[in-house]
Amino acid sequence: MSQIAVAAPSIRPRRTGGAFGDKVFAAFALAAGLLVLVLLGAIIVSLFIGGLPSFRAFGLGFLTDADWDPVQHIYGAAVPIFGTLVTSVLALAMAVPLAFGIAFYLTELAPPWVRRPIGTAIELLAAVPSIIYGMWGFFVIVPAMGDYIQPHVIDTLDGIPVLQDLFAGPPFGTGLFTASLILAVMVIPFIAATMRDVFLTVPAVYKESAYGVGCTTWEVMRSIVLPYTRTSVVGGVMLGLGRALGETMAVTFVIGNTNRITANLFGSGNTIASLVALEFGESETGSLKLSSLLALGFILFVISFIVLAISRLLLRPRVGGRT
Amino acid sequence: MSATTAMAEPRRDLRMAATLSRRRQRRNFVIKVFCILATVVGLVVLASILFTLLRLGIGGLKVTVFTHMTKPSGEDGGLLNPIVGSLIQTGIGAAIGTPIGIMVGTYLAEYAAKSVLGNAVRFVSDVLLSAPSILIGLFIYQLFVNGHGYSGIAGALSLAVIVIPIVVRTTEDMLRLIPVALREAAVALGAPKWKAIVLICYRAALDGIATGVLLAVARVAGETAPLLFTSLGNGNWSLDLTKPMASLPLAIYKYAGSPADDWVQLAWVGAMLITFGVLALNIVARVALRPRR
Repeated sequence: MSQIAVAAPSIRPRRTGGAFGDKVFAAFALAAGLLVLVLLGAIIVSLFIGGLPSFRAFGLGFLTDADWDPVQHIYGAAVPIFGTLVTSVLALAMAVPLAFGIAFYLTELAPPWVRRPIGTAIELLAAVPSIIYGMWGFFVIVPAMGDYIQPHVIDTLDGIPVLQDLFAGPPFGTGLFTASLILAVMVIPFIAATMRDVFLTVPAVYKESAYGVGCTTWEVMRSIVLPYTRTSVVGGVMLGLGRALGETMAVTFVIGNTNRITANLFGSGNTIASLVALEFGESETGSLKLSSLLALGFILFVISFIVLAISRLLLRPRVGGRT
Repeated sequence: MSATTAMAEPRRDLRMAATLSRRRQRRNFVIKVFCILATVVGLVVLASILFTLLRLGIGGLKVTVFTHMTKPSGEDGGLLNPIVGSLIQTGIGAAIGTPIGIMVGTYLAEYAAKSVLGNAVRFVSDVLLSAPSILIGLFIYQLFVNGHGYSGIAGALSLAVIVIPIVVRTTEDMLRLIPVALREAAVALGAPKWKAIVLICYRAALDGIATGVLLAVARVAGETAPLLFTSLGNGNWSLDLTKPMASLPLAIYKYAGSPADDWVQLAWVGAMLITFGVLALNIVARVALRPRR
């Protein structure tokens, strides 16, 4: 201590030492930040370069061609894109009401002492690895679908014009609908957690005023909380969609992997991610097939980037105070 | 207005109000029941997954699972090499991703909180947080595997890419929670900014940052898709990072789809180990974070 006091006049070299350390540290921080941007660029560019031979060979027709024929070397992306969109949208249709119900329960209805444990349990659903959902789906849901639910639904809807085509046999248990069901379960925790967090941002005064004029809990939710949090709720749904689009292992187990477009939701199909995961091992380095799989990856990245970007933009203003 | 209508109207209003109120209460009740059912569905799914894992996994839990390598079906194989491979790749992935993630988080919280570049980095990092992990695998394949061959280090790198955005997010959030007064106090004592960050802010945010790292480890420990194209999996004992390396998720994937009963049994044991490990990490991370909230 006394030494510092004595050395006080010569403080300048110590300062420049600090300034040098500051510069180095700031440079490291900046470099790390730039690395993230480079990473995104590198992912896009590397997938595009990998898919280039395929884009060259098939042109824009790659997007609309429904063939996937390794024998004749004809590859088209229409079927996996169709499967990806159908399963993701169907999954959202099932997940959004349930996730909303969970978020509503956790913020307004549940007694305070159960909110934390139940909230944690729902969040743990998001932590279960994707491959475990795949095994659970394959060994638990697929038999249940094939033995009970699908035969029953097919019999019940037989003869009703549109529905009998949407839900037609044979009941294998696998297929687009089962994949959507698993996906729905997987994205519920993400959507529910986002909704819960944004519902909690609504000022208590607003809700209390509504309760004060005699609103029921549901009316407070519908007329006060939902309008206040609308953009963020949509952002949370888009986040779930982004998750569902790229989900791989769970879908791979239950989709059935057939390259065809069908209106039958009980029929098998594939998604971009499942096709890449299943066919990658069978494609040789430098082959047109490998290039087509990378091209599919590029398409998936573009789709999910757009969806996730929209989600971020919608979530930005109110969640977590991140300005 | 005649006297009769004036007398009748309030009574009709009352009756209507009563019906309306009953309808509103009924709707409220129906929706409440739906919300409770939705929550029950979520909890039942979690319980069903855990129960299935225990029911099918616990019967195959033997010492040989941890002491034997993977072997052909019928030869009493274990999961030693996948477990070790997973530990190595997850460890290296976290070791590479964590410092980068912390530096990015520091940059966002301390240097570029509101700058255009900072916003861009934050945006991209958030997108990468939810980007399909299979594409990270394809990216590393294109970069390091194509032409060089599958390797354990490529697998670790793909996991590191997944770790970075998770650590970025928690680090930034935690650093932002630290009061400005703490930084001002350090600077007033003559400490350069980097010392204030490293010695004061990091220490104050330590449990939060550690939580982020734990969550990241839990996330990548179960990742399967990116490893398919990078470390490929290996049936033999190998610690060579430049060769294909086994991992638990890949072994589970391979065994779960096989027709051999003993392999499927091993897959369930592996699935049980990995799930309970990952959930335990999550719970530890949450408990560690609790006092801060």
